[in-house]
Amino acid sequence: MTYTDEQTKRLAKDASAIIARYPQARSALLPLLHLVQSEDGFVSPDGMVFCADQLGVSTAEVSAVATFYSQFKRHPTGEYQVGVCTNTLCALMGGDAVWDSLTKHLGVGDDETTPDGKVTLERIECNAACDYAPVVMVNWEFFDNQTPESAKAVVDSLRAGKDVAPTRGAAKVCSFKEVSRVLAGFEDGRAGEGVGAGPASLVGLEAAAGAKPNGGAE
Amino acid sequence: MTALDPVLTCTWATPQSWTLSAYEAGGGYSALKKAAKMAPADITQAVKESGLRGRGGAGFPTGMKWNFLAAPDGGPRYLVVNADESEPGTCKDVPLIMASPHLLIEGAIITALAIQCDHAFIYVRGEVVHVYRRLLAAVAEARKAGYLGRNILGTGFDLEITVHAGAGAYICGEESALLDSLEGRRGQPRLKPPFPAVKRLYARPTTVNNVETIASVPGIIDRGAAWFAGMGTEKSKGHVIYSLSGHVERPGQYEGPMGMTLRELLALAGGVRKGHHLKFWTPGGSSTPILTDKHLDVPLDYEGVEGAGSMLGTRALQIFDETTCVVRAVARWTEFYKHESCGKCTPCREGTFWLSQIYERLERGEGTEADIEQLLDTSRSILGRSFCALGDSATMTISSSIAAFREEYLAHVSGHGCPTDPRATALFAVPAKKKGAGA
Amino acid sequence: MTTTAGAKADANLVTTITATIDGFEVTVPKGTLIIRAAEDIGVEIPRFCDHPALEPAGACRQCLVEVAAPDRDGNLTPMPKPQASCSVELTAGMVVKTQETSEVADRAQKGVMELLLINHPLDCPVCDKGGECPLQNQAMSHGNAESRFRDQKRTFEKPIVLTSEVLLDRERCVLCQRCTRFSEQIPGDPFIELQERGATSQVGLLDVDVLDFEGFAASGLPTEDESGRPFSSYFAGNTIQICPVGALTSAAYRFRARPFDLVSSPSIAEHDSSGSAVRIDHRRGKVMRRLAINDPLVNEDWITDKDRFAFRWQDLDDRLTHPLVRDDAGVLVEASWPEALERAAAGLANAMVATKAKGVGVLPGGRVTLEDAYAYGKFARAVLGTNDIDARWRATSEEEHAFLASSVAGTGIGVTFADLEKAPAVLMVSFEPEDEGGVVFLRLRKSRGSQKVFTIAPFLSPGARKLDATLVPAVPGAEGAVLASLPHDVVAALKGDGAVIILGERIASARGGLTAALALADSTGARLAWIPRRAGERGAVEAGALPGVLPGGGSAGSAGAKIALVRTWGIESLPAAYGRGLDDILAAAASGHLGALVLGGVSLDDLPPSAEAAIKKAPFVVSLEVRRSGVTELADVVLPVAPPSEKAGTFVNWEGRPRAFEAAFETSAVSDHRALDMLARAMGADLGTPTVDAVRAELDSITVDDAARASRPSFAAPSSTPRGTAVHAVLASWHLLVDAGALQDGEPHLAGTGRVAVARVSAATAATLGSAGVVRVSGAGRGSITLPVVATPGMADGVVWLPANSPGANTARMLGVWPGASVTVKGLGA
Ligand SMILES: Cc1cc2nc3c(=O)[nH]c(=O)nc-3n(C[C@H](O)[C@H](O)[C@H](O)COP(=O)(O)O)c2cc1C
Ligand code: SF4
Ligand code: FES
Repeated sequence: MTYTDEQTKRLAKDASAIIARYPQARSALLPLLHLVQSEDGFVSPDGMVFCADQLGVSTAEVSAVATFYSQFKRHPTGEYQVGVCTNTLCALMGGDAVWDSLTKHLGVGDDETTPDGKVTLERIECNAACDYAPVVMVNWEFFDNQTPESAKAVVDSLRAGKDVAPTRGAAKVCSFKEVSRVLAGFEDGRAGEGVGAGPASLVGLEAAAGAKPNGGAE
Repeated sequence: MTALDPVLTCTWATPQSWTLSAYEAGGGYSALKKAAKMAPADITQAVKESGLRGRGGAGFPTGMKWNFLAAPDGGPRYLVVNADESEPGTCKDVPLIMASPHLLIEGAIITALAIQCDHAFIYVRGEVVHVYRRLLAAVAEARKAGYLGRNILGTGFDLEITVHAGAGAYICGEESALLDSLEGRRGQPRLKPPFPAVKRLYARPTTVNNVETIASVPGIIDRGAAWFAGMGTEKSKGHVIYSLSGHVERPGQYEGPMGMTLRELLALAGGVRKGHHLKFWTPGGSSTPILTDKHLDVPLDYEGVEGAGSMLGTRALQIFDETTCVVRAVARWTEFYKHESCGKCTPCREGTFWLSQIYERLERGEGTEADIEQLLDTSRSILGRSFCALGDSATMTISSSIAAFREEYLAHVSGHGCPTDPRATALFAVPAKKKGAGA
Repeated sequence: MTTTAGAKADANLVTTITATIDGFEVTVPKGTLIIRAAEDIGVEIPRFCDHPALEPAGACRQCLVEVAAPDRDGNLTPMPKPQASCSVELTAGMVVKTQETSEVADRAQKGVMELLLINHPLDCPVCDKGGECPLQNQAMSHGNAESRFRDQKRTFEKPIVLTSEVLLDRERCVLCQRCTRFSEQIPGDPFIELQERGATSQVGLLDVDVLDFEGFAASGLPTEDESGRPFSSYFAGNTIQICPVGALTSAAYRFRARPFDLVSSPSIAEHDSSGSAVRIDHRRGKVMRRLAINDPLVNEDWITDKDRFAFRWQDLDDRLTHPLVRDDAGVLVEASWPEALERAAAGLANAMVATKAKGVGVLPGGRVTLEDAYAYGKFARAVLGTNDIDARWRATSEEEHAFLASSVAGTGIGVTFADLEKAPAVLMVSFEPEDEGGVVFLRLRKSRGSQKVFTIAPFLSPGARKLDATLVPAVPGAEGAVLASLPHDVVAALKGDGAVIILGERIASARGGLTAALALADSTGARLAWIPRRAGERGAVEAGALPGVLPGGGSAGSAGAKIALVRTWGIESLPAAYGRGLDDILAAAASGHLGALVLGGVSLDDLPPSAEAAIKKAPFVVSLEVRRSGVTELADVVLPVAPPSEKAGTFVNWEGRPRAFEAAFETSAVSDHRALDMLARAMGADLGTPTVDAVRAELDSITVDDAARASRPSFAAPSSTPRGTAVHAVLASWHLLVDAGALQDGEPHLAGTGRVAVARVSAATAATLGSAGVVRVSGAGRGSITLPVVATPGMADGVVWLPANSPGANTARMLGVWPGASVTVKGLGA
């Protein structure tokens, strides 16, 4: 183990808080792996051994889970993980073009990180925002209706260290490690930030209001 | 023309709609207060009478599902809300939770009352961090307000809700895989029997329901089963969210009664992208056979869409206009299924691996006519043979697209590649690039 | 036609259902899977993931069949999709059509087979499994002749190491998940799991190189056993056998032979007292591999890795091929059989008749067959005229002798494996199921969840933990007192119908323990099962290879039993003097009061050094051995004898079940009973044991009536139980399944899966010792063992546990004491 005593202690405290949420300890494995990512920026072998210790399962069982889910990274991630949706709908609406321009602009390919350690580029699957296609996710925050230009501007700002606000989400994109900690179930106080619904989420309401001001069935 | 009827979506434009105060100001939690005075069986009965069917895709009657639960034996039983929303094209649960997490929580509490469980889980896909934040905060608010915790509203009934973040696996939307995942395992579907109602999460009786299903419950309790059943068609009742995406002027969420048609919805959404016309669409995400402009008037309810040879699924209406190459579209979906196959069973694991390579070859211009037959034959080896519906799903757009657009497949063979300009599908202008460049 | 499937067709006990498969009506117990029911009418549905001992998975989809079942109104309704026959139960009125009668089923199966083969390498000619491969066979019978797949196959670098003995060629794997399901479900050792997802799924470990993880830690295999070894399993070898393709191979066997070069012989494993059925595959007089044979009564589908892999010991360079005699210069030299027999006969005769006649002690050891043990006993009593015979080469006691004589010898089959499985409660006393019981552990684990397991032990061992056992802590030596005052819930559980108390052989050294166990059995109604470690122990008891027990279980003190035996043996009389046990025989030898020793397969590693001194002191020593050893070096005459695979015989397993076996292959090696027969002849006596048949016939003719049995022990537990301190701790110890035992020699791959030796103490003791992770344990001023220390939860303070015979840690030899003794523990600085 290369975790220091301080780290192990701190992580173990978090781990017990996570385990307490479930009737059975093993349920804590996914959040624990998110926790490891919040510590190391990826699922480190040490982190997996830590999880195995905490839950009393074998390391083969931990890596079995860690390698099954695409959010768990095997190499240190950049501070910002930029995912371009290239599933059919986004790809066709311009996601492929966004991908092409970002990979060229950043000089990195899928699951690769810029030399400054800021941005890891990734192709992602449909992220439940098809009505905002093409979609880019930065550390799992929504960047809706992207174009090659807007996407390049986002990564440039991120690399320049500027705060960048997602279209729908927190007031600014947090680091990969910070977001991983949220996914481990630890609130960061940002739930109140951002919009309730983006424009596409509201088109039906608007159409309904236009057609029948007070709604209701016919 | 059928009118829209926002029920679940009606508060989404309210400022700070996700907060408890905004939700309560709009009448939130009044259904819970009503349900707290009802006998559990009466809640279930109301849901049964409403005709609510699962909104996660399969359309199973919700009240019946709850009734199937083994009788309480003193041991734990669970409600699991499926918020994994990963089906390509599907994008309704995420905005619902983002804008109105308390609606889901209220629905979950009422459901818990009905099925008498004291621990509920909401399994949210991990790739939507803000949605997860909103739910965590809303659960905390609800607990503080006494809607969760011990002795809720003086009922003597306790409930905890654990919000659980997934980690990126489409298969975890399949309910038994979701449960394995929730138990800290690889998300692989489980054998039935034992059936969910008897032995599921932690080997205890469990019901799994979609977000939209559970969010529909407060309305049914509040306004009555008859109100809900008054919407929709004979066998498909109530309101649903239709998600329009793709080549459409105003993509987004449209809520209305079951049984609206694409023609109606397109009219509300400003039609297909200006200057273009409809080529094909999915009625319920990438797991449903594609339909074409012949199907504009098919009523979007379970029976109607089935009659047209497809499935209603999640009402994820992905619209593609004539600029779209169907091979490219289906190739990408096929790649998706290959990427997301859990690997447990042979047909899905190996079949998607093979199909995907055939598509790659077709796109590269190295396909043969035999490949088209092979696509169909391999699809047949998967459909109905795979362990769970993911494998079946992978074949849906393949066989339906070959049936509808075989010439286009053949053109890829004879023309040694795609005859259409891939840039034309984008919603913005894409500069031409030199041949062979790019990914 | 109507056939009946399933274990029990007794209609009164089992509800049966009747359905139709391929047009034949079948009646099977309710709950029978379609695939099993079809087997019963001789229809073999192809399968990969299905294994009768594992929970159904329905994963490979090879076994699809067409099914129709009656609906609620009784109308036969076809199911819309083909069903996986391995995971669907046959129900009343069902109509099943397999590939034999259904186009749909046949097509579905062919489709799956085609998909399975797209990523399978066509390397059958070089594959270990070639010729005995279900995939190869099924591809030939059910597959298409030519593959339509013309894309990129999935490839992997090969092979990867799962354990030191199990290798995996990932590209051959069909991902049936038998191996991973076995690991989790059967031994409870999930040392392997599926890794990755979808088409890149593969069986494996947390191996950062294979899985492409970037590490902070050193890459390579993870070390998660606290002993510093990769987590493994004592049962991992079973995965090789159940792998339906050649993906899992044995490091020891890989590429060494092809199935068709081998001759297979059924046999019984010699490594523990379970008597597991094994198949010995051999070629030209050499064992190439061993496999489990399914024996529903005993080992079911499984064997331990020791039973599977530990067979090289008999072919090592030190194998004795000729007799040895000590020449005038005191050097052991090869001799002819007649010469050696003559020397041995003369030496023994001298010990018997010389003026200072002191007699001969016979110590055959616990690994002999029933027939051999019988020959040793008869040789002692009828030829050497002594009752000084004891097959127990381990810690023993008078109390144990009385227990074996009264409650084990001649009792026939008692508690069985099936009884263990059915028992509502099991109390294990000084018995470590995984280390000392082998497949007993697996049988108990089968009932996990429905069986209460308690263990009287110094700590909750990994094996006990996997049985969900509850620890009743006991400092070694105090087991008798603990048994006499068990917690109420344990006693209450043991009153359940069919409850079992398992006694391990180590209870012998806890005074009062066996007496208390008998009393507990009386008061609760629980049945007793004595499960010793070695394969020959129970047979030796039955054969009369104990000082006070005659063949068949009669007491050596019973006049009736003696008269009957004298008649059977055709001799004048049996020795009158009461026999001495192991300790007394060795003590007599050490003090110069014994004329000679006859030693069977015994090892100096098993006893404190006093044994070696005693053997050295004995004026004349005859050793019957397979290999040269510390003992043969001390002998005056060494007679080479056959290992089990080269002779016929019987191991009586702990149940009391005779497990007869034939020689796997014939060599010139003779078994002990034959060597003794020749030796007797050289001494002018007819032992009558030249062949197993002769011995068996004679044994069968012996009947003992109950009156002739010894009476039960009555020993009081010591009034004060041993109490240790951190510095002067009480020693606890047992043999780990995989350790430095002589029968595991020559098998480094097996050794690689053994647990590395550690010392265990309680957390408090560890803190008191203030060591930097290492302790030195010294015993009785003789020697010491230095090991890493592990603070073990639940362990009593003042106790230190050491493995009995692991590399670098042989407690008996190195400390000179038995468990229960006080030892000195010192924490060492880093
Ligand atoms: C591959 C696959 C993915 C699925 N994904 C989802 C999902 O993301 N959300 C969902 O609610 N249901 C999903 N389902 C359906 C669920 O298995 C289940 O039917 C549903 O959650 C039940 O809820 P309902 O009865 O309320 O619809 C999926 C099914 C399959 C086969
Ligand atoms: S290694 Fe063998 S047993 Fe294990 S999954 Fe692969 S084919 Fe099955
Ligand atoms: S044998 Fe039935 S699915 Fe594998």
